Amino acid sequence: MERPAWAPRSIDISVPSVSRIYDYFLGGSHNFEVDREAARRAMEFTPGLPKIMQANRAFMRRAVRWAAGEGITQFLDVGSGIPTFGNVHEVARAASPGARVVYVDHDPVAVSHGQAVLEGDEDAGVVAADLCKPQEILGSSEVRSLLDLDRPVALLLVAILHFVEDADDPYAAVAELTEALAPGSVLVLTHASYEGMPVAREQTEAMVDVYEDIRLPLIMRTRDEVARFFEGYDMVEPGLVPMPRWRPETDPRDEDPYAFCGFAGVGRTA
Amino acid sequence: MAAPDGPEDRLRRFATIWSRAVFPVTSTSLTRPEFEEQLLPSARRLREALLARAFDADTGRAVGAALVEAHCTDPEALSRALDCVDAYLVLYCGEDGPQEELRTRASRLQHAMAAGYAQALRERTLAEQEAIAQAALRAQGVVAQALHASEARFRTVFEGAAIGIGMADLDGNVLQVNGALLRMFGISEQTMHGRNVREWTHPEDAPQTWKLYDELVRGEREHYHLEKAFYRPDGTVLWTNLTVSLLRDADGEPQYQLALMEDTTERRLLNLRLRYEATHDALTGLPNRTLFFERLEKVLGAGEKQGFGLCYLDLDGFKTINDSLGHAAGDQLLVEVADRLQSCATAPGEMVARLGGDEFVALTTGTETRDEVDELATRIQNALVAPVRIDGRELTVRGSIGIVEGRAGEHNAAEVLRSADITMYRAKSAGGNRFELADPEADARAITRHGLTTALPAALERGEFFIEYQPLVHLGDGSVRGAEALVRWLHPQHGVLGPDRFIPLAEHTGLIVPLGRWVLEQSVRQARAWRERGGDTDPVRINVNLSPCQLTHPGLVQDTVDILERAGVEPQALCLEVTESALIGADDDLLKPLRRLAEMGIDIALDDFGTGYSNLANLRRLPVSVLKLDRSFTQGMQQFPADPVDLKIVEGIVSLAHSLDLAVTVEGVETGAQAEQLRILGCDTAQGWYYARPGPPERLHELALADATG
Repeated sequence: MERPAWAPRSIDISVPSVSRIYDYFLGGSHNFEVDREAARRAMEFTPGLPKIMQANRAFMRRAVRWAAGEGITQFLDVGSGIPTFGNVHEVARAASPGARVVYVDHDPVAVSHGQAVLEGDEDAGVVAADLCKPQEILGSSEVRSLLDLDRPVALLLVAILHFVEDADDPYAAVAELTEALAPGSVLVLTHASYEGMPVAREQTEAMVDVYEDIRLPLIMRTRDEVARFFEGYDMVEPGLVPMPRWRPETDPRDEDPYAFCGFAGVGRTA
Repeated sequence: MAAPDGPEDRLRRFATIWSRAVFPVTSTSLTRPEFEEQLLPSARRLREALLARAFDADTGRAVGAALVEAHCTDPEALSRALDCVDAYLVLYCGEDGPQEELRTRASRLQHAMAAGYAQALRERTLAEQEAIAQAALRAQGVVAQALHASEARFRTVFEGAAIGIGMADLDGNVLQVNGALLRMFGISEQTMHGRNVREWTHPEDAPQTWKLYDELVRGEREHYHLEKAFYRPDGTVLWTNLTVSLLRDADGEPQYQLALMEDTTERRLLNLRLRYEATHDALTGLPNRTLFFERLEKVLGAGEKQGFGLCYLDLDGFKTINDSLGHAAGDQLLVEVADRLQSCATAPGEMVARLGGDEFVALTTGTETRDEVDELATRIQNALVAPVRIDGRELTVRGSIGIVEGRAGEHNAAEVLRSADITMYRAKSAGGNRFELADPEADARAITRHGLTTALPAALERGEFFIEYQPLVHLGDGSVRGAEALVRWLHPQHGVLGPDRFIPLAEHTGLIVPLGRWVLEQSVRQARAWRERGGDTDPVRINVNLSPCQLTHPGLVQDTVDILERAGVEPQALCLEVTESALIGADDDLLKPLRRLAEMGIDIALDDFGTGYSNLANLRRLPVSVLKLDRSFTQGMQQFPADPVDLKIVEGIVSLAHSLDLAVTVEGVETGAQAEQLRILGCDTAQGWYYARPGPPERLHELALADATG
């Protein structure tokens, strides 16, 4: 018999999770051996993966601070995972006290962890929802109670869209979320790509295969394909670039070569 | 800004070197300068610990812990930090102290840092492991709760459903049933427990019921749906609309059977009741025509060994009772009769029904129905012997019974019933209070007679009659002199019927008057048409038959005159044929209209002459101008040589007729020899197949033309 719609999938911590692998790459211990095993296998082919994650976090930090500087006080972080430090609400509040943040993840463990971390925080919440079902996100009580969609929101899609296959139409999902945002909102986005990887393509492909093996397909998209997510947005300078080149605060030449793979960008709705 | 190369500036330089060494192996999202700022307090504490009088291991441990705090969780970060302290702490922060002591102090600080780092990392790791494990547990709890809620919902649906739901394993052992099902069966859950589906057989199970069940539990069928009866413990029957589905596990292996059942007992009872009402007579409670026909058809559709006997009863004089005593009394009588009849047919295979009015049927079936039906009819007659007491009156009930007996497969129900009906009428015609046995030949006659009689009026309205014309040919020159109009009936079922089939019936019912008038109208109109087309050839005359009934009809003369006038046809064009028998013993009253017609110039022919023992002497008294010799006289002339007696008779009649100034027409001329003979004998005109069979008016026109040109 088919699982009824309202009954969630059971939680099987014997299969790797993107959130926990990400945490491992960032030096955290919010992970299990299956996650670490998967991460280590991926690193066999592209040892600099942690640097890519770190670059993502650093970009997000700069982008959030920039958005706060632009007067944005509401943040919607979809695919938030289990970050140990440097979370959006910390960065945002450092720049703009009282900023409100809603985290969204479809991993129930990540959501549960996030709820524990944010317990008692009245200006931040966590939603268990899937990027591919924007109405679940927009209709959630957290979004409705914490965010005023009539005012600009920073929508963060950092290191998430490359886990959404074309079959699930990530473009439509992004468009639907965009549709709900007030003018002046911004989209903060990073995406994995074969472009900029400092190792031979075969090695990256082998890494992608590891993700495929653990049934967490990693979709590498070209620059043009990534740019399409910004349909309806005006790109903020310097446009869609490798992460270290987006409004760097230190000399990008000091960055690890792995940090330059993939693309980052911020767009603003008219 | 610190003084260049002052202690503060040197401390910063140390921090810069330290941050540069460690930053690449951290996973912080801070920039390197920010990271340096984060390290600065630790650097300061190291300097203080280096220069303090007494060694303080806690400071070293705190600096190690601060590294973990700054997310330098990669042990390589510690290694690089210690390298840095080892190489640069004394250099940048040692000031002018004794180098050896400072170096010793620095290395002790490193030990403390390592210990502090290890402990902090251990605690952080454990805390994070604990946190993620808790998160996983909580998430599982949420899932379990959701599942529990979902199961609770299912249970609510299961328990609250109005339809009965039950699950059993594939061996038929009942595993779980809901309240609705228990209520339907009227048993407790304990009683239900341990029951097996296969126990629930019922005599009314459809033949395929258990075949479907077996297919399902063998996994050959996903579900089936049927109506099924179950016994309740109290002996009553539960009727259900049952759907059974096969439940498979995730691998597709059959696991359970799921039954959904709807209690249809009430609905079924209602249906039965409606069916009863639709198949029973409200007054007497007897089966009605519908049910009787169903039963009869079933019997007739059975194998050939199946016999049936049917008594069709119609009460004699019931109408009189109804008219004189009222319908209420009539109804009481019918109820009493129904009761008595029912007591006559109590054996299995017997039934009594009321077809309507005072018509009842009793049916017996079996193999020996020939004797049984006689006995049944006798029983019925005996049952009616005792008078019926109604409103203080003793009414004698009599009935006419038609009996049909036969085997299945010979006739359909409608035919059997019609035969019984006809036979009953025979019994009634024979005086009533008796029974008659159906006789196929008598039936066949009666069926048509009966049927045609009732169909006649409508047939005239619907224009089912038409007229054919048979030419009358002059024997002297072979020219067409006229034609006899012969009415036909195009019957929807029986096809074309000749006048012999229906004229007597029309006579009987009086319909002959309008029918005869119609024939006369048509024929006269046709005569005019011929005349108009005939040009200068001799005008063709039309012969039309008059029945005895028409003869006595007061409007005969006026109708005839009107018809002729309306058509604009002179009376000389018409010849009315009257049978000899119709005029036997005719008095002047009867002859008066004929005389009037004859006086107008209409020819009167004496039809079928020679069959009615007519008083030849009477002939001169009749207003007749033509004798039509019956075909029996001419039959003897078909052979060669002709019968000499016939010849003599015909010769005599012709001679007699001519002496009375009557023309002679012969009928039934079928051969050339006959025609020649009759010509020699002096007959004037002839008709018969030798010339033409009766046909449509156009044919006669063609014959006349051929005659004219030939």
